[in-house]
Amino acid sequence: MENNAFCVALSLLLNLDASLFQIVALSLQVSLMAVLIAAVLGFPLGAAVALWRFPGRGVMIVVLNALMGLPPVVAGLAVYLLLSRAGPLGEWGFLFTPGAMVIAQVVLVLPILAALSRQKVEELLGEYREQFMSLGMSRSRMMPTLLWDARFALLTVLLAGFGRASAEVGAVMMVGGNIDGVTRVMTTAIVLETGKGNLPLALGLGIVLLTLVMLINAGAYLVGELTRRRIG
Amino acid sequence: MNKGLTLVLAGVTSMGLAFSAFADDYITLASTTSTQNSGLFNAILPQFEDHTGIDVRVVAVGTGQAFEIARRGDADSLLVHDTAGEKRFVENGFATERADVMYNDFVLIGPADDPANIGEAQSAAEAFAAIANAKAPFTSRGDDSGTNRAELRLWENAGVDPDGDWYRELGSGMGPTLNTAAAMDAYVMSDRATWVAFGNRQNLRLLFAGDEVLFNQYGSLLISEEKHPHLKHDLAEQWHNWLISEDGQQAIADFKVDGQQLFFPNAK
Amino acid sequence: MTSFNVPLLASAALLPPPTLRFDGVAFNQQGKALLGPCSFTLDGTGPTLVMGPNGAGKSLLLRLAHGLLSPTQGQVAWSRGGRPRQAMVFQQPVLLRRSALANLVHALAVNNVPRKTRTQIACEALEHFGLTSCTNTPARVLSGGEQQRLALARAWVLSPQVLFLDEPTSALDPAAIKGVEAAVRKFHQRGTRIVMTTHDLHQARRLAGDVLFLSGGKVCEHTPADVFFNRPVSREAQAFIAGELVG
Repeated sequence: MENNAFCVALSLLLNLDASLFQIVALSLQVSLMAVLIAAVLGFPLGAAVALWRFPGRGVMIVVLNALMGLPPVVAGLAVYLLLSRAGPLGEWGFLFTPGAMVIAQVVLVLPILAALSRQKVEELLGEYREQFMSLGMSRSRMMPTLLWDARFALLTVLLAGFGRASAEVGAVMMVGGNIDGVTRVMTTAIVLETGKGNLPLALGLGIVLLTLVMLINAGAYLVGELTRRRIG
Repeated sequence: MNKGLTLVLAGVTSMGLAFSAFADDYITLASTTSTQNSGLFNAILPQFEDHTGIDVRVVAVGTGQAFEIARRGDADSLLVHDTAGEKRFVENGFATERADVMYNDFVLIGPADDPANIGEAQSAAEAFAAIANAKAPFTSRGDDSGTNRAELRLWENAGVDPDGDWYRELGSGMGPTLNTAAAMDAYVMSDRATWVAFGNRQNLRLLFAGDEVLFNQYGSLLISEEKHPHLKHDLAEQWHNWLISEDGQQAIADFKVDGQQLFFPNAK
Repeated sequence: MTSFNVPLLASAALLPPPTLRFDGVAFNQQGKALLGPCSFTLDGTGPTLVMGPNGAGKSLLLRLAHGLLSPTQGQVAWSRGGRPRQAMVFQQPVLLRRSALANLVHALAVNNVPRKTRTQIACEALEHFGLTSCTNTPARVLSGGEQQRLALARAWVLSPQVLFLDEPTSALDPAAIKGVEAAVRKFHQRGTRIVMTTHDLHQARRLAGDVLFLSGGKVCEHTPADVFFNRPVSREAQAFIAGELVG
């Protein structure tokens, strides 16, 4: 079975199967978009929690950390109930579209990016605080400087978020509906083929997905190493 | 820095465009995994689109979830196989019309050596009773789906209350249930379409079929315009009518897997 | 937190040096009195070297003077024109993960210096401190001495009226120490008021205009350099100079 799966994976890739390409493209689009949005929201959020003291700060940190483990299917269910016509945001008509999948994945990835960036920024703040105060920086002014200074560590955090997004199936299945040609991504395609008993194909798709994620991580590592050597 | 920013903006814009580049005319159809997994939709939907230009987007879930999606107004149309449930749906006002579309049958699958000897049974009731008596492993979908409800009615029909280690309720769809049955070498009741298209049979074989009580009726429903005015009722009506029209019925009959016809059109 | 943002002026040298006054300042932490109460006035031209044995409270005093900490009691006051522009250099240079030039440009940006002039001002400062060859080098790969000179260059571009230094050469080798001391002198020549801590007696002899001697969190002596090194007034200072352990 395993040999069969590798052969299937290879033939899928070599034949440049059109529907496979479409599924891969959509998977990447959805997960990358979700990570991008989550970063724009999550990094400043994490930095803000690191920089400011406010009532309930401890609770917020605990909640953010805990939400890193939010089960994808629960996130999917929550977003489904929000976006359903019978729900509060039904007017948007977002359900069963890639947009809904992005929203669900943002919900999953945001806590990871916020919690881990908070930790990293807090570390850096310990090192930089006195010097920044001496330079006359307000706390809001410190935020972009700290985030940029932490960029190598934050790249790893981004990869963790992307890994979570591209690996999950519960959320995108629920809010996307696994519609052929519209909301079918790699993970939901794997579930479908498994359900049809086409296990070699399912495994082959899994290998394609893993290879893709591996390539992305390798690319990010190289970019990180090259710039690190230039910038220190 | 500027180059990087331009690249990111280009990427985001193209993603945005990709997300918005949908067919203008489409409906969302909530249906079941049997119609999806068997390949029926892959066969008949292109014909419908050629005919009307409408793209049918299928969300294939368990019957219970399909009803819930339709009840909430998240789908323009509904095609399921639970006649009693469909009639209740109409009675409760969520749908205005229900129509028979096609039928297939349920079949009893089991390990090739058939320890409960259901291959010799003369009726479905006898087969089910034999399994219970032999306490042979049986995997049930256990998910309150149309198939599951039919299965439970058949146990009742056979005068058996399935209970014990041998009766395993999985809470899964048809495909995953078949996967588990294959791994456990257990008996399982499946709809014929899913079974014919199923790729992981291992030691399982089709052992019993043909009793009238195993008849499985599919129905299409028109969602109530009153309850959900925002839905694409005109397009959904075209779909509904096409299904029960001569063209649609012929398309269903033409669909074959390995030379076998899986769905039998029976619109009135 | 006190506001550190005092507008950047063309040259600190045009103004008379500011006066720093400690009025009964004390700093307690968890019930323990780490410093004070102490009162003194720094009103000369400096450089003022703050000396004393380890744990005397020198670093604490500097941070209170610069405003990084607030006193538990008493008041830190500046006369002649309110709170002056200040900068501080720490024992371990704190530099961002960017090039030497970028570090200076960042400091200028934070202080709202017009964008067009930033690079030029930064390059001039690098040249002034002998760091031109390091312009595009990542700041964190520079040697200890270069990093400390860069920290001083960063302070330089801010044109501070007062420069605090907290044992800036403790971690450096003799050649690097010379470079840093030369840099400190440049500030003094420009008219910046220097307040610096050190435990190195020889360094103090080289640089001091006056000496503030602390021991056990109290000010023992504040005298001009020649008085301090030749005829120290307090018993603790005498012992310190004689090389005995005090405290």
